[in-house]
Amino acid sequence: MSKYHLPEGMPIPVPENDDLSKPYWEGLRQSKLMVQKCQGCGTYVWGPEWICHQCRSFDLAWEEVAGKGRIYSWERVWHPVHPALKDHGPYIVVLVELPGAQNIRMIGNLLGNPEQEIPIGAEVEVAFEHHNDADPAYSLAHWRLV
Amino acid sequence: MGRRTLRGQVAVVGIGETTYYRHGQAPDPEFKLALKAILAAAEDAGIDPTEIDGFASYSNDRNDPSRLAAALGTKQLRFSNMQWGGGGGGGAAAVGNAAAAIATGMADCVVVFRALAQGQFARFGQGPQVPTISGDLAMQAPYGLMSPGQRYAMKVIRFMHEHGVEQEALRAIALASYHHAQSNPRAVMNGRPLDEETYDASRWIVEPFHLFDCCMENDGAAALIVVSAERAKDMPHKPSYLLSAAGGSDYRCGAPSHNHPNYASSNFATVAPNLYEMAGLKPSDVDVVQSYENFTGGVMMSLVEHGFFPPEAANDFLKPENLLSRTGQLPLNTSGGNLAECYMHGLELQIEAVRQLRGTSTAQAPDVNVSMVTAGPMVTPVSSLIFGSEATL
Repeated sequence: MSKYHLPEGMPIPVPENDDLSKPYWEGLRQSKLMVQKCQGCGTYVWGPEWICHQCRSFDLAWEEVAGKGRIYSWERVWHPVHPALKDHGPYIVVLVELPGAQNIRMIGNLLGNPEQEIPIGAEVEVAFEHHNDADPAYSLAHWRLV
Repeated sequence: MGRRTLRGQVAVVGIGETTYYRHGQAPDPEFKLALKAILAAAEDAGIDPTEIDGFASYSNDRNDPSRLAAALGTKQLRFSNMQWGGGGGGGAAAVGNAAAAIATGMADCVVVFRALAQGQFARFGQGPQVPTISGDLAMQAPYGLMSPGQRYAMKVIRFMHEHGVEQEALRAIALASYHHAQSNPRAVMNGRPLDEETYDASRWIVEPFHLFDCCMENDGAAALIVVSAERAKDMPHKPSYLLSAAGGSDYRCGAPSHNHPNYASSNFATVAPNLYEMAGLKPSDVDVVQSYENFTGGVMMSLVEHGFFPPEAANDFLKPENLLSRTGQLPLNTSGGNLAECYMHGLELQIEAVRQLRGTSTAQAPDVNVSMVTAGPMVTPVSSLIFGSEATL
């Protein structure tokens, strides 16, 4: 039994070579959910981008947001498409909207019984998972029903 | 400048395909498959292949027009075009691009083609097997969200949730495709009928998609020859006139990490109105539809967004009997399409749309004058087109 929600051996997330998403990944290492917010008009920008789609300002700052959300959609994966997932069994991916940040949406796994009913609209909270022994070390943001 | 339109300016006059194979089973390399399909389309059109002066494709087809032109000995290359975007979203747009080139005098005879040999190259339905991953995929792959089916399932789940769509609506789409494949000797699933019980008992790939909700993966190639409407009159086959082509996607469709505002969508929200506007037609004018099935849920949303029924009517409309070729209200995917004929990235759907107008489909719908294709739901850009008979001009 892996100490992680999904087996080890999945691709390790790293920033792009332009470092656009680096503050997000560094935030997860410290159990913080960091996203971009436009300093011109206050729009939350997610996923990471160089410009605000609302006002075209390049002045985007990284801010911590509360790890509280609602399930916007979900899927239960049965057929593995990666060798690390072979023989693992089903798992749940959720798309979570964050009401505290203009309903930007984040992807993660829903913790708990993989065969549970998944209610759209249900409240969830973030659960950080630190892969300290990976090379490079990284962290993920999962979700669990409140 | 007068009204800018492609309506009635060009026609498809030749269609060609290789044998369709299960993935990894093609006896020929991909480039040779492409050549064979192009030659077959030229022969069908009754033209010398050296007259082809333009090539249009999509989804990063690996068969470069300059090499194709050199290999075929075409007299000159005037149009070398790639529609950006993955999946089958460029299938109709590639025909539109060819049409635009001809209508504006940039080329005279354009072949639209797609070739796939997944034994020679990688398969689509596998996750990335790399040690590290970055960009938008890094937000998804570590959570096991990797394959096309996994990428689109949450859009369909959300749509089904918002509109109360039942699994049986998706099942009807799969049953119609498999039914049509049984009369099509080219179909990979010919001789492999599907019934409700088999569908219901089939394993989940990713909810809400059973095995039979997912396209196949195949090897082969397909091609269409496009020329001006004027020239098309003298060709051996009844021309399939292009009445309209539209591509693209709505506001911030490509927003990263599943942040497209209109999420529960096949992404035709703006494309379909543009399509009907150019054609001067409405959904009730359409006689037969080929709707790209990467997954049945995408077909369901494509049909809604092209105005064939409102989302709340999906359960009533999507019954197998409504979708069958000879008797149905809306004959759908009459060759078997990506689910049961061949996954030629949807170019086989364009060819079937032409066959319906010629009256040569193996599941011919009655009195076809308006024949529609929708390409690549849920990706961006998507595209769709309408072919018409001479009577529609």
